[in-house]
Amino acid sequence: MGEDLKKLIIDYVKKEYLDEDSDQEITENTPLISSGIVDSFSMVSLKTFLEKKFNIKIPDEKATTDAFDTVNNIIKLLGEFVKIDT
Amino acid sequence: MSKQPSNIGSYEERYRNFNWQQSEEELEYGKNGNYNIGYFCSDRICELGFGSKLALIWQGFSGEIKQYTYNDIRTNSNKFAHFLSSLGIKPGERVCIFMDRIPELYISFIGILKAGFIVQPLFSAFGEEALFTRLDDAKTCAILTTRKHLSKVRKIKAQLPALKHIIVLHNEGKPLEKREIEFIMDDYQKIENFPVYKVDKETPSVLHYTSGTTGKPKGALHVHSSIIAQYITTKWVLDLKPDDIYWCTADPGWVTGTSYGIIGPWSLGITQAVYDIGFNTEKWYAFIEKHKITVWYTAPTAIRLLMKEGEAVVKKYNLTCLRHLISVGEPLNAEAVIWSEKVFGLPFHDSYWQTETGSIVISNYPGMKIKPGSMGKAFPGIVAVVVDPKKYEPINTPGSIGLIALKPGWPSMMRAYWNNKETYDNKFKNGWYICGDRAYLDNEGYFWFVGRDDDVINTAGHLVGPFEIESALLEHPAVAESAAVGKPDQVNMEVVKAFVALKPGYKPSNDLELDIMNFIRKKLSPLAMPQEIEFVDSLPKTRSGKIMRRLLRAKEWGEEIGDISTLEND
Repeated sequence: MGEDLKKLIIDYVKKEYLDEDSDQEITENTPLISSGIVDSFSMVSLKTFLEKKFNIKIPDEKATTDAFDTVNNIIKLLGEFVKIDT
Repeated sequence: MSKQPSNIGSYEERYRNFNWQQSEEELEYGKNGNYNIGYFCSDRICELGFGSKLALIWQGFSGEIKQYTYNDIRTNSNKFAHFLSSLGIKPGERVCIFMDRIPELYISFIGILKAGFIVQPLFSAFGEEALFTRLDDAKTCAILTTRKHLSKVRKIKAQLPALKHIIVLHNEGKPLEKREIEFIMDDYQKIENFPVYKVDKETPSVLHYTSGTTGKPKGALHVHSSIIAQYITTKWVLDLKPDDIYWCTADPGWVTGTSYGIIGPWSLGITQAVYDIGFNTEKWYAFIEKHKITVWYTAPTAIRLLMKEGEAVVKKYNLTCLRHLISVGEPLNAEAVIWSEKVFGLPFHDSYWQTETGSIVISNYPGMKIKPGSMGKAFPGIVAVVVDPKKYEPINTPGSIGLIALKPGWPSMMRAYWNNKETYDNKFKNGWYICGDRAYLDNEGYFWFVGRDDDVINTAGHLVGPFEIESALLEHPAVAESAAVGKPDQVNMEVVKAFVALKPGYKPSNDLELDIMNFIRKKLSPLAMPQEIEFVDSLPKTRSGKIMRRLLRAKEWGEEIGDISTLEND
């Protein structure tokens, strides 16, 4: 699930937050929030996407900009709510 | 850091004896016919002998650092002025800056003014529709952008015949289309001397768009003499001194980012630091420590996010360099003031102003007693009162809620809404400029914010117009009708909530909610994106068919609904 999850998040970020003609590479370690690819407001739609996808509720205190700053950080956060095989 | 006397000294004495002339004299405003903001923020500082002083320390999100002296700002802004003039742009035409917080944003802002054009900064996170609305309204003739944001311009340029020049920075050698031209600041010929365009005090300078309840966003037009107010408020409210390293976290797509992120500090010859990064607690603290920031101007939303991260992280960094903290954008809650005093040893000083006022009009000042949660007192030279919302007469009873009103005539007051005289005229009642915010005065003359007097949503210090969101929502194929209101949010004060009635054949679902959210984010901006969508069968309307946003908003805030006699019976 780990690799699938990584791909799911990366694909979503590319589709929703990058321009169609962008050739920017997104990896599991690419800064998302601090680089401005996803701003703190847009983070809400990413959080909503994950919540709806996994049928979970990420509490506000856990939804920090740091927790969403990379795909790896997001996977770590999700690990608190769903079982992720690595 | 040793405690120095504040620039303002005694607030009461300053207020009693104030005259804007004092600021003009300090600036030598008008000497040798110089009134141009661009001159005062670059050439003049060099003429005063500070050409080698650092004007800008810039850090990118990946850690890259660039530094520019005042002489660099002068010659590089000359390059922009020279290049744009060579395209045949005429004085008074609008030139938009649409890019992230890279050095060229700050430098081109000065260059555009030096060439005599009106600078129109726009927030780089705007989607193509928000961008189109503002460029179309201003009949903007040129836009400076970067490759990163070019695709948004390309999507709308066919509908913008007035937009003759699309200047692309950091193009990285990629193919360009018709009307597009590359500009590389570092590679452009050095322009040692550029004849700064001679303006007078009332020549238009900056066009900032702001949102209202109804209609499209309005372009608040400012003039070059706004610098008289921006200079002295920077000196007295932000308390900037020659050795300070100043950090304003605002994006110049918004008025704080230009009045106090460019004009104010550079007219004073101050070194300012810019961090082109989104919010990140540890990186922000590390930035303060690394560059030894002394004066920090930020927003309540950011402060509340820092509070959320707790005190332990503060202790990891040496932040003793900080000596003065100021906040702007939305009311600063008392808890944030108390928290900052506890963790930084310094209280945040709240300041209040608007795009239309061009400079701070009410504030807490260094040395003045802070009442946590209060907006403070009127800036010297500003006559601020609370007026009755019906007769527009000042209310003299402490604690009585009314509308914040200012006596027109301060130098940085907007001179017009672009091509919108009726709306501009409506801002003035009974000889007062009506800010549109409700407040009360206490018995010591402190203002206390109560709320807005209209449906505009203040989210993280940015005003978002419900009409613009609702119009965009109707463009979504599933949406039949909609209403956008602000709902309470612990961090951002308010966030957008949309009530949506669907067209036949569409059913509410998680996927549809997310799709609508992202639709608005891309079309308008992340700020305008509803953070919650409630699907409803129909919306409450008056008998004349107008959606009663007030009702929906009251429900969100747990307020009394008030008069519903005009509500249509379903």
